[in-house]
Amino acid sequence: MDAVPSTPSPLVALVGNPNCGKTALFNILTGSRQKVANYAGVTVERKEGSLLTPSGRRVRVLDLPGAYSLDPLTPDEQVTADVLLGRRAGEPAPDFVVCVTDATNLRQNLRLVLSLKRLGLPMVVALNMTDIARRKGIAIEPKRLAAELGVPVVATVGVKADGVRSLIKVLDAVSIPAQAHQAVIWRTPSAADIEHDQAEVRRILGAIGGDRLDGVTVSDRIDAVVLQPVLGPLILALILFLVFQAVFAWAQVPMDAIKTGVAALGGWVGAILPASLFKDLLVDGVLAGVGSVLVFLPQIIILFFFILLLEDSGYLPRAAFLLDRVMGSVGLSGRAFIPLLSSFACAIPGIMATRTIQNPRDRLATIMIAPLMTCSARLPVYALIIGAFIPRRTVWGGLELQGVVLFALYILGVVGAMAVAYVLKRGGQSGRHQALMLELPAYHWPNLRNLGIGLWQRVEIFLTRVGTIILALMVILWALSSFPAPPPGATGPAIQYSIAGHLGAWLAVILAPIGFNWQISIALVPGLAAREVAVGALGTVYALSATGSDVSGALTPLIAQSWSLPTALSLLAWYVFAPQCLSTLATVKRETNSWRYPIIMAAYMFALAYAGSWVTYRIALALTS
Amino acid sequence: MLTAPTTDVFSPAHPRAHADEMRLADLPPGTCARVVCVSAGDACGHAELGRRLAELGFLPGEAIRIIAKGFMARAPIAVRIGTGTFALRLFEAACIRVRLAQPQPG
Repeated sequence: MDAVPSTPSPLVALVGNPNCGKTALFNILTGSRQKVANYAGVTVERKEGSLLTPSGRRVRVLDLPGAYSLDPLTPDEQVTADVLLGRRAGEPAPDFVVCVTDATNLRQNLRLVLSLKRLGLPMVVALNMTDIARRKGIAIEPKRLAAELGVPVVATVGVKADGVRSLIKVLDAVSIPAQAHQAVIWRTPSAADIEHDQAEVRRILGAIGGDRLDGVTVSDRIDAVVLQPVLGPLILALILFLVFQAVFAWAQVPMDAIKTGVAALGGWVGAILPASLFKDLLVDGVLAGVGSVLVFLPQIIILFFFILLLEDSGYLPRAAFLLDRVMGSVGLSGRAFIPLLSSFACAIPGIMATRTIQNPRDRLATIMIAPLMTCSARLPVYALIIGAFIPRRTVWGGLELQGVVLFALYILGVVGAMAVAYVLKRGGQSGRHQALMLELPAYHWPNLRNLGIGLWQRVEIFLTRVGTIILALMVILWALSSFPAPPPGATGPAIQYSIAGHLGAWLAVILAPIGFNWQISIALVPGLAAREVAVGALGTVYALSATGSDVSGALTPLIAQSWSLPTALSLLAWYVFAPQCLSTLATVKRETNSWRYPIIMAAYMFALAYAGSWVTYRIALALTS
Repeated sequence: MLTAPTTDVFSPAHPRAHADEMRLADLPPGTCARVVCVSAGDACGHAELGRRLAELGFLPGEAIRIIAKGFMARAPIAVRIGTGTFALRLFEAACIRVRLAQPQPG
């Protein structure tokens, strides 16, 4: 409870180099009382939390993005510099600054401290990771460092609850300045300024004896294996294989549970409510629609658990390092690999994971190609069509033909993505070298608390999206597929008379050249909700009474009879490329803060799908006739 | 600690270079050196790059060592600068000239 609830809470900003343990410190200070949002107009994450000091004061804490310098070169650094200089609209300049430094890497970290000191904001330096420094034989006396810097210094251990006591004591005494802070005068540093600062850093380090340059560290010994040209990629492949395996194998049980749970809930609601429009909306629109997206939650949790684990331990930048050359050949950064890998589960977490890519152009290119990775929602569609049209036999000595086709579809997605990335990057500033400058921080044991908080934030973002924009889209699609109701005495399936049905009939004209009949065309409309919804929608169009997993079984002989092989192959090609997932487009809208990119994405993917299907259909026709 | 040979450089890439001065990318992995200069030469394209490297700590006089090199040609290299480690693409590393460190006494 606040002792003086009427006084406004002071705003404290955490600033520091990337990898200095700033976020861990923020988590310790604020616990789970955090709000994660985006800064207006940019895709940089804004994290604010609050802290109740021992004397009962409420202090707001802002975790600014990591920055090497106040002279910004990345969007992250731009935000940090703008907030500190009071230049960011809607963001008040902080009342107090905590500059977080890694005690084992002061040679790099102290330059930022010197720049911050010049800003003249009230500040304290948090000498973080002092436990690791001590183990490395670096003993820094905070008082001596404070004397040399001319700024108060407190020692902290960002991963221990009692490691921030001295910092909290300082924050307890922070007050809001009586008058607004003077506008900060900022001058872009020249090369000479930076060299001058470094000379000062060397002097300070010499005076306090807080540096160890030579010697091979534990991280170096790990890197000697992990970054080894032959072993390194093998280890990476093994790790990726395990992650991939976990995402699909471990998630199966909870995914089935969610599916059954949602179906049971739908059945229960359907049984107790009288037949009405409201019941249809609730069961067929809300529950079925949201359930079809919610089912990916287990995969998202498992995937982000591993991503956070790899990130927290320091391995993720190494993976980016190892893959930089391969990814660089199509103009992507090595960091794009993890988001793209995630997209094999579902493009939504993949696109969310692009936040680890700092370069905005690289990030955008990665977002744009992420939906071309074969997500697991495509599998039910692939399984249905392959099951109906590809004969069960072995080819080339033991290979299952159906499996070969499935694998080919995966490859087709990857090749398509690489080609699109190549075109995207060539279309921009061509010929310019993209900088990498990726820090490889020292390895350390992941902290469970940070992992938990990070995981919860990702889950929260996903659930919020499911509960808002995705829910709205599902209801709209349900309405399109349900209204108007069929006229009395109608013989066809109800959906045929709905808006979706009319749209489908109209689409059938456009899609006829690629071999789609009107049933497929209609199913594609509700199938925009999520890819696998198309299976259920086909069931509706063919007026099947079966529900759930039976739909696929009942459909198989039906479509095997009524579709030609070229049509089936064409539909497969369509599903490799088409943006049959409004949730993905909604995620892109949110992550890029603009309608421009989801529209471009939808346009290019539909164009690619149409072209791909057309070629497939025509070749198949020529070969089968 | 490896003591680096100082006489093995037959043809310095730079006419004004000292015999023991070389491009960072030519430094054998594990060998200690010091940064001589960081300049955004023609390989770098934009002047921003030199300043960026400076802000990461690639500054004259700093101790530098190559931690790892990639298997493929044109793969990035991992470089220890001061107490930090960074992965640099070769065109970034090309901005940095180094001189082999004198063997540490003891």
